[in-house]
Amino acid sequence: MADNAVLEVEDSAQDFAQRTPKQIAWMRFRRNKVGIASAWVAIFFIMAAVLAPIIVRLLGLSNTQTYPETLNEYAMPIGKFGGITLDHPLGVEPGTGRDVLSLLLYGSRISYTVAVITSVTTIGLGMLIGVATGYFRGRVDAIVGRFSDFLLSFPGTFMIIALSLPLVQRVEAMGIAKDNAARIVVLVTFFVFFGWPGFARLIRSQAMSMRERDFVMAAQAMGASSWRIITKELLPNLWPTAIVFLSLSLPGFLSAEAVFSFLGVGVQAPASTFGLVLSDAVGYWRDDPAYLLIPSTMLVIIVLSLNLLGDAIRDALDPKGSR
Amino acid sequence: MLKYLVRRISATLVVLTLISMSVFLIFDVLPMDPARLTCGKACSPAVVEANRHRLGLDVPVQVQYGRWVKGLFVGRTYGEGQAQFTCPAPAFGYSFNRHECVTDLLKSAFPVTLSLAIGAFFLWLFVGVSLGIVAARFKNRWPDRASNVFVLVGTSLPTFISGILILLFVALKFGFVNPIDLGKWVSPLENPIGWINTFIFPWITLALAYAATYTRFTRSNVIETSSEDYIRTARAKGLSEKVILRKHTLRAALAPIVTLAGLDFAGLLGGAIITEGIFNLPGLGRLSIRAVLNDYDLPIIVATTMLAATFLVVMNLLVDILYAYIDPRVRVA
Repeated sequence: MADNAVLEVEDSAQDFAQRTPKQIAWMRFRRNKVGIASAWVAIFFIMAAVLAPIIVRLLGLSNTQTYPETLNEYAMPIGKFGGITLDHPLGVEPGTGRDVLSLLLYGSRISYTVAVITSVTTIGLGMLIGVATGYFRGRVDAIVGRFSDFLLSFPGTFMIIALSLPLVQRVEAMGIAKDNAARIVVLVTFFVFFGWPGFARLIRSQAMSMRERDFVMAAQAMGASSWRIITKELLPNLWPTAIVFLSLSLPGFLSAEAVFSFLGVGVQAPASTFGLVLSDAVGYWRDDPAYLLIPSTMLVIIVLSLNLLGDAIRDALDPKGSR
Repeated sequence: MLKYLVRRISATLVVLTLISMSVFLIFDVLPMDPARLTCGKACSPAVVEANRHRLGLDVPVQVQYGRWVKGLFVGRTYGEGQAQFTCPAPAFGYSFNRHECVTDLLKSAFPVTLSLAIGAFFLWLFVGVSLGIVAARFKNRWPDRASNVFVLVGTSLPTFISGILILLFVALKFGFVNPIDLGKWVSPLENPIGWINTFIFPWITLALAYAATYTRFTRSNVIETSSEDYIRTARAKGLSEKVILRKHTLRAALAPIVTLAGLDFAGLLGGAIITEGIFNLPGLGRLSIRAVLNDYDLPIIVATTMLAATFLVVMNLLVDILYAYIDPRVRVA
């Protein structure tokens, strides 16, 4: 950051003239080497998850098939480091003999799905409520504010753990989804339910300060409708906040999903998210530490790269923003 | 100030009442039958109905709520005649599966959670704040960079992973902890060394994630405050950097940390579910997760949820009062 300080002064003088905010942000982002590197790492892992069926088939593996020939008579992997061989690059699962690489690739699809749906829904809902309460103020603002205060004082983690089991049964009984799909629906609903107040508050305070600015007043003076002011004047200015929030909440929800499946209230076997694999691996830690260390390293690398990417995006969009 | 206090305390009581009501309502509309859960699979309908009556689950939810609140203040008696038993006030309910008053379960679990929370709290506060100050003081030089690495690792390492790694590959592998002793509650009054031994690894696990956040927060607050005019004035007066930092910068920079720390601490008092689960500590978090996963012991779940919410709301009040004391402007708002 300090080395950039001098550069940034020059930037503002020459480069930044006649550029759109988007271009300026992109320029700043490109200069951030850590940001670029973490972006590539994040893209690599996301693509690996998206293309999991193709990759796994190309390697001649399957996430459901067991490979009994890789296990010894105690059902532990043969060979060092959890049975890492050319056929099974990340080893095999003790007990059943499933391929760890395919398990993790397929499992990370679930984790990403949960994280992306949750983040996008949280942002959508928070944006809607934040803009509405921040722009219109009044009674709705007071009621929503009280309600979100109330939600924030609710022990969210406790509620998720206590309610997920019966609610999954309810979702299944209503025929919305089955098994793991039902569990994902419940988990996402909870994350969004307890997640939106934070983001809505952020957006509300910005919308409140923005509606006092000259460009909004000008639009009002020209007789623009509230709808037009919100969509054409406010939203374009709120996007950077949403993008920053998205990039920082994605890794958060990713590890939250892992935590809940680790605790046994999220997705269940035979699916194989990070949390499930890790809770299984704890039982084998002495005999097969690689089976524990490989998935945890992979999860930490993914979360770290997404966090670094989020930091870089924030620095690019909002250089004055506090850390 | 008195007016402010009265207003805040009454608001807190209202919130607590609302929370307890909604918790009751939520668990009432669930497709779970607590009476059915009180006995095993080979349970005749007659026994279920008898238990339902004994637990007072055969009346409408508002009556159940009324009895529950009454039980909090005057205690509660279940059943009739021979099978009668009483939970003294404050009665949070009766766990049929464990045949114990929930209050007793909470009483034995709370010291564990409190020990965990207090130790971790001081550890992360000390590490986080001092690292943050150092990072701000040496902004963009190597101490700042090193603390930035710490922040990144701390925020990216989920607690359940750091907990597992610390437990398995440090505590157990090198024999710091005997697996048999894991999860045994040691009172700090009887055996202080054993107490520290039990909790040191859970403290480190829990403090790691929080310390990272506090480092980041302290650093940005100190840097922000350092650019204020009155700091420049202090420097112009010729005060030493040490005095400026201690008497001028930190006073302003650390005030917001009071709020953050209070709320984080209150959140932990309700039970650190992950850390307690991994280290098998018999605290409130483990109590509630077991109540959910083993037999869905509703009275315990309601009690722990309520307790966690109470800690949060009450701490929120305390923090606000403390803040109003520090910063008189708040009182008017």
